[in-house]
Amino acid sequence: MVAQQASIEIAGSVIHCRGRWTLQNLADLERQIRALQWPEVVALTYDASHVTAMDTGGAVLLQETITDGRHRGQQLSLRGLQQEFEKLLQLAGIQAKAMVSGPSASRPGWIERLGQAAWQQLESGARGLAFLGESTVAFLHAARHPRSIRWRSLLRVLHMDGVNALPITGLLTFLIGVVIAYQGAEQLKKFGTNIFIVDLIGISLLREIAPLIVAILIAGRSGSAYAAEIGTMKVTEELDAVRTLGISPMSLLVLPRTLALVIALPLLTVYADVMGVFGGMLIASGQLSVSFAEFVTRFEEAVAVRHFLIGIGKAPFFAVIIALVGCYQGFQIRGGVDDVGRHTTISVVQGIFLVIIFDAICSILLNWWDL
Amino acid sequence: MPPAMKTETPVIEISHVSTRFGAAVVHADVSLSVQRGEVFAIAGGNGCGKSTLLREILGLLTPSSGSIRLFGVDSRLLEEYDGRAIHRRFGVMFQHGALFSSLTLEENVVVPLREHTTLSPRLLRDIVAAKISMVGLPPDSAAKYPSELSGGMRRRAALARAIVMDPELLFLDEPTAGLDPMIAAGFDDLVLSLKGLLGLTVVMVTHDLDSLWRIANRVAVLGNGKVLGVGTMQELSQSEDPVIREYFHGPRGRAASEQAAWNVRGRET
Repeated sequence: MVAQQASIEIAGSVIHCRGRWTLQNLADLERQIRALQWPEVVALTYDASHVTAMDTGGAVLLQETITDGRHRGQQLSLRGLQQEFEKLLQLAGIQAKAMVSGPSASRPGWIERLGQAAWQQLESGARGLAFLGESTVAFLHAARHPRSIRWRSLLRVLHMDGVNALPITGLLTFLIGVVIAYQGAEQLKKFGTNIFIVDLIGISLLREIAPLIVAILIAGRSGSAYAAEIGTMKVTEELDAVRTLGISPMSLLVLPRTLALVIALPLLTVYADVMGVFGGMLIASGQLSVSFAEFVTRFEEAVAVRHFLIGIGKAPFFAVIIALVGCYQGFQIRGGVDDVGRHTTISVVQGIFLVIIFDAICSILLNWWDL
Repeated sequence: MPPAMKTETPVIEISHVSTRFGAAVVHADVSLSVQRGEVFAIAGGNGCGKSTLLREILGLLTPSSGSIRLFGVDSRLLEEYDGRAIHRRFGVMFQHGALFSSLTLEENVVVPLREHTTLSPRLLRDIVAAKISMVGLPPDSAAKYPSELSGGMRRRAALARAIVMDPELLFLDEPTAGLDPMIAAGFDDLVLSLKGLLGLTVVMVTHDLDSLWRIANRVAVLGNGKVLGVGTMQELSQSEDPVIREYFHGPRGRAASEQAAWNVRGRET
């Protein structure tokens, strides 16, 4: 037998344990124990005098086999175990008793779980409402005392979430304009109504697509960042520090972010309008031979100003939704690191969801009013 | 028992280690060795590079020059193929616990076992339960998440995870920092009793003078990027080095040493 290994064998009424009962050999020992044929004897003796090493794992395993034997109604005794290992075994034994006597957590029934889930929903709804109320109060306060607004952090957010978002929003809406023009060109060519490409691109982009694309992009880019930032501040107790310094997290964190987005989103939308229409213009001249001059002339005739105004009019509302959802999810973070990730995801999904719901409601209402 | 076994290869051998971050010199030619079975403490003021040294021993950071051998293996190779065999032989308790916040206490403790062994679920559960009770946590805390535990309990849970593989070597980073004196003393006792039970070698980074007096066999004091002195607390407290004197004979140092002397007298009578 190699000195590095461990074994357990039964000979008559004696169980021979040998070798090193340590973590490395435990998997092997477990296999040996499973393969053992336990004799139908009432009294068994463990002979552990050849155990050369034992760690907690070994002691726990030995204790498990002893407990199993007792459950079968056998009387088990132990001899020859070195004193230092005996201590470990005792510890494992105390543990075993504690485990048996310890109360087992019972799984709640389905009614209880349903009730808990419903209650949680109600609670989170109430928290959301409370947050909305708090932020409204903060806004009203800021409207009356414009000096209390933290302009520095507002400008910082404006730079990070507005200016720095220009390249990506520009590129994206430009490509969307290209895509719409391509798809429209196929259909319009069939009817020989090439010039209507201007109506198609102008109205759809200005009124719906550009504001939505920008909002979705900003929800993913900034809404998630707000949730993660505020959440991390909460985890690291920075929020508590802010509160104890007598500063309201609302005015320090939520207000500047929301105001900055309210300013940035309409501006980004205008920029996106320009880029999108430019993309469409390129394709119109290439595919439908509508020259730039014709395009612009037709644009003035066909696309009413209200489409543009409706488009950028929605943007501030999108901004409020995205910023508040992001901040709210940040404040909801309780536990640790994984909670930050979860709430960041929720902030994006919820932000986009609410933006689209709001957009749909707008469409229905505006249709009613014939705009 | 500590420095007697000079013939054996040291568990940790730090030779001529220098560390620089840009222009800042953290260590300049540091050499230390830790023998099997001792409680070795690395002490020193804030920012003297204690934790950096620990991170270098663990292979998380590479020194600018010099070498560190852990169980005779260069710690720079820890991350590589034969690292796993070494990783089974030591446990680390980080200063703030570094428990995985998405896992319960029990799941946290079982991670090393899951990763390195193929044991049955029942044995895994029993070993984990044994460790949890060893570090003095109640059985019902096993299902709790780290965020639901107090600071002291989190420290104990981290210790349980560090010793779950029955390592030969245990690293403790500031084990008693931020704990109240009672719990800190309890933690010292816990480390001593685990050392007795499992035959551990303990390396700890600390500036808790009480726990230095109580459990450290040998202490290395770092300062100005160098090892200012190595020895038992008795020896160090008689050192002539001004920084060490400052460290041990400041108001807190004196109280701790008086307490230690009083404890010794108490034991003798």
